[in-house]
Amino acid sequence: MLPAAFEYHRASTLDEALALLSEHGSEAKVLAGGQSLVPLMKLRFAAPEHLVDINRLPGLDGLDEDGEGLRVGALVRNKALERSDLLRSRYPTMAAAAPMISDPIVRNLGTLGGSLVHADPAGDWGSVMLALGGSVVLRSSRGEREVPAREFLVDTFTTSIEPDEVLTGVRVPAPAPRSGGAYLKMERKVGDFATVAVAVQLALANGTIRRAGIALTAVGPKNIEAEAAEALLAGAEPTEEAFAEAGRLAAQAADPISDVRGSADYKRHVVEVFTRRGLARALEMAQVS
Amino acid sequence: MQITVTVNGAERTADVEPRLLLAHVIREQFGLTGTHIGCDTTSCGACTVLLDGVPVKSCTMFGVQADGREVTTVEGMAAGGTLDPIQEGFKEEHGLQCGFCTPGMMLVARALLDENPDPTEEDIRWAISGNICRCTGYMNIVKAIQWAAAKAAESKTAEPAAVS
Repeated sequence: MLPAAFEYHRASTLDEALALLSEHGSEAKVLAGGQSLVPLMKLRFAAPEHLVDINRLPGLDGLDEDGEGLRVGALVRNKALERSDLLRSRYPTMAAAAPMISDPIVRNLGTLGGSLVHADPAGDWGSVMLALGGSVVLRSSRGEREVPAREFLVDTFTTSIEPDEVLTGVRVPAPAPRSGGAYLKMERKVGDFATVAVAVQLALANGTIRRAGIALTAVGPKNIEAEAAEALLAGAEPTEEAFAEAGRLAAQAADPISDVRGSADYKRHVVEVFTRRGLARALEMAQVS
Repeated sequence: MQITVTVNGAERTADVEPRLLLAHVIREQFGLTGTHIGCDTTSCGACTVLLDGVPVKSCTMFGVQADGREVTTVEGMAAGGTLDPIQEGFKEEHGLQCGFCTPGMMLVARALLDENPDPTEEDIRWAISGNICRCTGYMNIVKAIQWAAAKAAESKTAEPAAVS
């Protein structure tokens, strides 16, 4: 289907984009990669009256680290994240997730920032950001604020972004010395949404777990942080038994629906298995990092 | 809205509604029907074109986004009447049956070989994993791309040394 008609604005500066959003507010959507928004518009599940195209804004494609950690600009494409040596060496959960997002053509345009604003519960990046304690940077003509992912992702396709705000970047804390991560995704075929996916990050200190991040994709109304599983692991010995129990708690935190991709019971089972496997993988990585 | 797009090396203009998908602009405004529309869900890749050399699904962007940019469609692959080695490869290795996925497959292959002239089979299969073929089972598509890579490497070594 063709999308409903809209007015198209191509911003050449950030200020221009912000002015357009201030003016059109809730009737406007920002267009970056469009790989989630355009399909929704084609199905007419979304019908914004105004699109503000930010693809030609300069300065939003940076991928680097500063004193606090990783900075990913809003226009960094998933392809760049897939190829990033920085992510492979320092942010393995992200490096594991990037190549699994949709398919290679869609990754040429899609962005991490766009995925977070879109807030599809089956979106991969939301779970990764929850597991890593990442946050989003939001700008409006009123100023700038940084919001942790766990506050930003409110509900199905719903974030705490204001109508006059644009996401300009994403931040991830610098990795602790002995840390590792994994992203396990089950999909029926390349390009399909996840049946189930689990993001894991583990940081060790003196042989015990300093911090565990576990978050779940496609098994609830939004990306789910498995907080009970994380709490169990914090300060604990990284044993198989602990990981098995964490798996069980993560499965309990999941709230999947039965659909064409599988029954709710099956998906919960996969959560348990992927959590255990992800933790084991992250541990191996953390022990040699 | 007036847009100007460089299509297969030539400047083309059109006056289009913003909601017209790039795939529609290419097919209807520019009359290039080698780009196909196969699904409604960004899944199949039959609509793949190169935007500034990079594969994109033309059904999942608006024509107005291509304003001022370069688009390569399958019609742009044969330069001056000579088939691209990829097109030759699809011929030699029977890389198509119905041909519906073929333009997208060939353009993705073009982008792959431009970046990686010596891909492994896994590289090739990874690169085409955004394009669905219902006919061939992919084996001959992979062989066609391997043929093209080998042909291109062969022509390179056969080139006479530059005369200074």
